Amino acid sequence: MTALSVSGLTLAIHGTPILSDVDLTVGAGEIVGIVGESGSGKSMTALSVMQLLPHGSQWSGSIKVAGNDVGAMTETELCGMRGRDAAMVFQEPMTALNPVQTIGDQVAETIRIHTGTGRREALALARQTLDRVGLPADRFPLDRYPHELSGGQRQRVVIAMAIALRPKLLIADEPTTALDVTTQAQILDLLSGLVREEGMGLMLITHDLAVVAGLADRIAILQHGSVVESGATRDVFAAMRHPYTRALFSASAHVPSRTPPPAADGPPVLAVSEVVREYPQPRRGLFHRPPRFRAVDGVSFEIARGENVGLVGESGCGKSTLARAILALDPLDGGEIRLNGEVFSSAGDGPRMTQRAGVQVVFQDPYGSFNPRHKVRRLVCEPFHLLGSPPRGAELEARMLRALEAVGLSAGDADKYIHEFSGGQRQRIAIARALIIEPSLIVLDEAVSALDVSIRAQILDLLAELSGRLDLSYLFISHDLTVVRAITDRVMVMKAGRIVEEGPTTRVFEDPQHPYTRSLIAATPSLAAALAAPADRRAPSGRRDA
Amino acid sequence: MTAYLLGRFVSLALSLVAASLVIFLVLEIVPGDPASFMMGINADPQAIAALRSQLGLDEPIHLRYLGWVAGLLHGDFGMSYTYRVPVADLIAERVVISLPLTLYALALSTIIAFPAGIIAAARRNSATDVAVMGATQIGVAIPNFWFAMLLVLVFSINLRIFSAGGFPGWEAGFLPAMKALTLPAVALALPQASILARVMRSSLLDTLHEDFMRSARAKGLTRSQALWRHALRNALIPVLTIVGLQFSFLLAGGIIIENVFYLPGLGRLVFQGITQRDLIVVRSVVIVLVFAVIAVTFLVDVAYAIADPRLRRHGR
Repeated sequence: MTALSVSGLTLAIHGTPILSDVDLTVGAGEIVGIVGESGSGKSMTALSVMQLLPHGSQWSGSIKVAGNDVGAMTETELCGMRGRDAAMVFQEPMTALNPVQTIGDQVAETIRIHTGTGRREALALARQTLDRVGLPADRFPLDRYPHELSGGQRQRVVIAMAIALRPKLLIADEPTTALDVTTQAQILDLLSGLVREEGMGLMLITHDLAVVAGLADRIAILQHGSVVESGATRDVFAAMRHPYTRALFSASAHVPSRTPPPAADGPPVLAVSEVVREYPQPRRGLFHRPPRFRAVDGVSFEIARGENVGLVGESGCGKSTLARAILALDPLDGGEIRLNGEVFSSAGDGPRMTQRAGVQVVFQDPYGSFNPRHKVRRLVCEPFHLLGSPPRGAELEARMLRALEAVGLSAGDADKYIHEFSGGQRQRIAIARALIIEPSLIVLDEAVSALDVSIRAQILDLLAELSGRLDLSYLFISHDLTVVRAITDRVMVMKAGRIVEEGPTTRVFEDPQHPYTRSLIAATPSLAAALAAPADRRAPSGRRDA
Repeated sequence: MTAYLLGRFVSLALSLVAASLVIFLVLEIVPGDPASFMMGINADPQAIAALRSQLGLDEPIHLRYLGWVAGLLHGDFGMSYTYRVPVADLIAERVVISLPLTLYALALSTIIAFPAGIIAAARRNSATDVAVMGATQIGVAIPNFWFAMLLVLVFSINLRIFSAGGFPGWEAGFLPAMKALTLPAVALALPQASILARVMRSSLLDTLHEDFMRSARAKGLTRSQALWRHALRNALIPVLTIVGLQFSFLLAGGIIIENVFYLPGLGRLVFQGITQRDLIVVRSVVIVLVFAVIAVTFLVDVAYAIADPRLRRHGR
């Protein structure tokens, strides 16, 4: 039986067309991947199926969930359908659960509202469901609250809520985008296992071609609200009839052309030696000293002029804490950081404000890292206050223009506000802001993680070009191994506050020494590997091996 | 949970010590000598000095502070300079009016505000929402003494349902006493209810946009089920903060309303104390109010921990 059939779905929100003529089917026990960049209408397709569209939405066409016409249902019937016949898992596990209710009650609620069973029976069923998604009773009793769980564990609870009543259709909207690679592999494994064993249909929405390539039976590629290409995954990727499919594919696998860094002479741009950063934890008791958590534990490394170094690791491994220490935003608890040979920050002494101009940063969120009330001109020129005698008048103007042009923007953009730019353009502005005082090192903290693949490819090209031309060094922090592999000369793998492996990027990726590095690489979905695998394989082999 | 409460309790005790010190010192700096005020402008300096030593005003400052605090711990607030009766008695006979009035007003405010805020948020941008928001706008804008006079005009003078002022005392019976407090309580509650309803609405609207509300709807909950089961408790934290603040405000801030209705409450006592330089009364009433405010803050903290499990760090 077909879990979902959508035909001719057209949607407009407040008159703005969002979807046009979308056709889609998901069979029982089948995984259908919906791929597209942000704004392509992936999520709105899912919300149309669930009939949880925002106000002002008008849709037409036919949506059938397990054979029942959604368009003909009353609101009460829709409530009966949601959670029982069709369930949904969302992107952000950290906020998808009610923080003031136990996980047991939240899973049991799905059961109670649809079947009317008592609390005790529903909780017993919730227990079974949580066991099913890999949250055993001894470690995850029903009275746990969401804040006591990690992101991956919360996503498992969300999945338990969705599958408690064994719905015919499960919609997963970017279910692993917010998770680490190893957690992503586990969650994807769990989802595909559930689909095969329970005979559910899974609609897997993602921007990551590699995720669907290894998992989906069929895929549909969405662009500007229309399905531009669909079919069996291997066929679509083998033929790539539509130019957009080809563009997506090449952007996903894009490796910018880079010139190798010149032979190092003089002191390294950055020398980190035996750096320690600790955080106080909550007190155990009133008269106990609060225990301290060592987030960065004796880390040492150097970055040469013009060198691009990657720092990878899972969330909580200490990479962002290390980045803050390198930027001298936090004082050190041990060790020393030297910038161009001079002490920049050391334990007990604190950072030297005057040297801040030597290191700049680009953060992940292109939306949150700018003051929305300042014009681009002011945003980009902000770092000048770090200089003893900042440029004025014509020189200021010239340097601002040079920075904007370096990142592919024009003089006309200087007097616009930040909301007038897209995510990719904003990240260019962030890079311009980092470049303008000609630092020797730029820390890129997940700088391309929030961008669509095509934009990401452009930004990577830009970064590679700037580094080659200006002899810039990068510390490229990311959880995305594909990107790190594409842009860095050397890579460091961080785990629990320590660097467990370090070496030339190619060597580390091709011949990882540390077991942790191996597990990270094995968990990373690879487009090429997924497509090269035998046709009859249904689950991605890389993940099974992990 | 125990550690959290213990922590809050220690901070409560420390706040009290700090507050008593500040109150004592501030009133020491305030110009005006109680003794010379009591003896009048043309008093003989020797008589004033005698009175000062009788009142204990000539002792060193730290001894007077310790003496005052030691007295407080025994419930002995000292003698009023002007009334010549124990301050504890003065406060006790006022508290039995001010405290019930405060609780009455707070109850009214909550009973009005919660449903109004919830309905307005649930039916955002509807006619109901506009009406509730308009009404609360007026409620915030109207000065409560003017509203109190309006209430007297309508319910006492025209309809003759309530008396225009005064308090018969609790010995006259519970109902007559509550009846006497009704108009003042309504006058006090109106602006508070308006503020609280607005806070409730905006807090609930914020919560309704949270991701977990979408999860709740995707489970199959109706809009109102999702609101009652998931949004309300999450929206309560900021509302509790405001309720706590309102209690403190109502307890001492009822002075104008007490004057309009001729109620001998704490507000009037402290006002009289200030005008007559009866600093020991002022000091004692202020410390009682401080204690009440800190105690309520503690209760609000307990309520937070009940409403939000994330605050109960060491629960298990």
